[in-house]
Amino acid sequence: MAETITIGKALNHGLRRSLEHDSKVVIMGEDVGKLGGVFRITDGLQKDFGEDRVIDTPLAEAGIVGTAVGLAIRGYRPVCEIQFDGFVFPAYNQIVAQVAKMYYRSMGKVRLPIVIRIPFGGGIGAVEHHSESPEAYFSHTPGLKVVTCSNPADAYSMIQQAIRSDDPIVFFEPKRRYWEKGEVDLDAELSGAYPLHEARVAREGTDATLIAYGPMVRTCLDAATAAAEDGRNLEVIDLRTLSPVDYDKIYASVRRTGRAVVVHEAPGNIGLGAELAARITEHCFYSLEAPVLRVTGYDIPYPAARVEEEYLPDLDRVLDAVDRSFGW
Amino acid sequence: MANGESTAGADAPAGGFVQLLTPDGERVDSATADGVTYSVDFTDDEYRELYRDLVTVRRLDAEATALQRQGELGIWASLLGQEAAQVGSGRAMRPQDMAFPTYREHGVLYTRGIDPIMPFGLFRGVDQGGWDANEHRFNGYTIVIGSQTLHATGYAMGVTMDGKTGTPDGEAVIAYFGDGATSQGEVNEAFVWAGVFHAPMVFFCQNNQYAISEPLERQTRIPLYRRAAGYGFPGVRIDGNDVLASFAVTRAALDNARNGQGPTLIEAYTYRMGAHTSSDDPTRYRIASEVESWKAKDPISRLRAFLTKQQLGDDSFFDEVDESAKTLALSLRERVLSMPDPQPISMFDNVYPHGSAELDLQRSQFADYHASFEGSDH
Repeated sequence: MAETITIGKALNHGLRRSLEHDSKVVIMGEDVGKLGGVFRITDGLQKDFGEDRVIDTPLAEAGIVGTAVGLAIRGYRPVCEIQFDGFVFPAYNQIVAQVAKMYYRSMGKVRLPIVIRIPFGGGIGAVEHHSESPEAYFSHTPGLKVVTCSNPADAYSMIQQAIRSDDPIVFFEPKRRYWEKGEVDLDAELSGAYPLHEARVAREGTDATLIAYGPMVRTCLDAATAAAEDGRNLEVIDLRTLSPVDYDKIYASVRRTGRAVVVHEAPGNIGLGAELAARITEHCFYSLEAPVLRVTGYDIPYPAARVEEEYLPDLDRVLDAVDRSFGW
Repeated sequence: MANGESTAGADAPAGGFVQLLTPDGERVDSATADGVTYSVDFTDDEYRELYRDLVTVRRLDAEATALQRQGELGIWASLLGQEAAQVGSGRAMRPQDMAFPTYREHGVLYTRGIDPIMPFGLFRGVDQGGWDANEHRFNGYTIVIGSQTLHATGYAMGVTMDGKTGTPDGEAVIAYFGDGATSQGEVNEAFVWAGVFHAPMVFFCQNNQYAISEPLERQTRIPLYRRAAGYGFPGVRIDGNDVLASFAVTRAALDNARNGQGPTLIEAYTYRMGAHTSSDDPTRYRIASEVESWKAKDPISRLRAFLTKQQLGDDSFFDEVDESAKTLALSLRERVLSMPDPQPISMFDNVYPHGSAELDLQRSQFADYHASFEGSDH
């Protein structure tokens, strides 16, 4: 039955269904139990599944991920919650040096089916370390897969797919979109869901391709709506999977439109947009009417909340980039 | 006796340690630490087998050092001097127990009944380890200092969640690490977690006095075993060159863990007789007289002295042990020399359980690139 729910609630339903589906699934993190997480994504789960399945951990991120490694070797499927993007770095060593490499190190004999959930991105008026976009660090690391959702339906299916996957997955959640609503079929079979590691055309268009993920998909869809009033028909691609990137869908779109603008909140320097621009240039060179442009956060530490709206890519900056593409 | 102090021989550090066999080969009937009395009750054959273990792992280690010097291994991390700590604790494990080693636990590996060739691919550079932790009840060698203590703790939590603690045939977990690792945040997090979750595990710290060049004083202001008190579980220091103490205390701690008594920290007070690895030069940071003083505490010579005095072993026994260790070492050498280099294209294997189309593409491009040279003089 389809229900209209928020992204946050869709994740909660997806986690609940995963706990029901497989007794080896455990959720672990700071405040995920009684409190239900600071964003309430795990609301009610400890009450229904017990303290052994939904574990309030000590306040130590390396410990959360490091013990998840041991639990995974033991046969469990841990789902770690990192409370905020800027708090993942104490766990960075465990994620990059251990989680990403154990399967390779063991020549395929030890699997770590771990999901590391991280609310990411800005726009919530928070203090330092609560608004960052660290996805490039993890996308750069072989052995990890990295995904992010942009809407309730994807949130519901993707979190379940990630938990059932044997690959270690960093799962970024667009925190400022947690409260956005959409229709979700909570009874749908997961086997019929859109594949986890494929991009999706979020809006079809013919004149230019906007490439975004997570919180910026909504921004790009709004920009496309505004551009339509000016007679420009923009295509929007929701990447969904940041590592690996589903390049074929991007190339097919850019070959049709001839123009590409990559949009992300993270700083532009050496970011995902740089890799996407290089790949598109290499594979769609003769189709391009203009260089691939990027709309990103600036190359500064995430700024104070009172100026963050000037830092974050918004509808106007996206349309400005589209104008520049057409002006080439 | 005051808390935290132990009975000990004259060679003990301040605060004492549990010692059941002196450097001169005298048996101490029992030793007490924190009100717990430790002893061993070995048969004659069991004493002899421990001796055989010690000699064998030292001989294999010497062969590995030679192989490295001859260019057949890229690097070797020698266990020389730490045989008693490793053999005693390794033999204290029961078959269902699980070990999380560093990269120096070749002696523990051997006592688990694992083919000693297993870690040589890593040191020769033909793989990164490549074994199944669960099959061998022995996790992969972990090179980043201290990280495996958290893995061990998580694994031990899983043991509890599986209902495998609280009985004499329960499971227990042992995490190995060194004195340098105790400064790592992750090791301290592991202590916190193990204490809070009452994890069925033993933290086995081989304090070999040096973290590469840095002496113990650079890691701690107090004896390492006393740190356990701050995390809420017992800490015991043992004479790490005494295989009997290593066995007795580790066996008791593992059995406590499997019975639901929670974790224990064991500090095995020992000495790294060789270099940190074959890339190191210890003459730059320690003096010869210090090394000489530890030679007098050698783990093998004290057990040999005991066996001789007790008439449990004569020259023909000792010669036979030496000979069989040599045979095993020479066979190991042959097998190391015949290890094939991996096919270059195999570097693309085992990155992801479910694979990656992107990597498949890189793999085929790599193959095409190399195929393009076929038939050329390149």
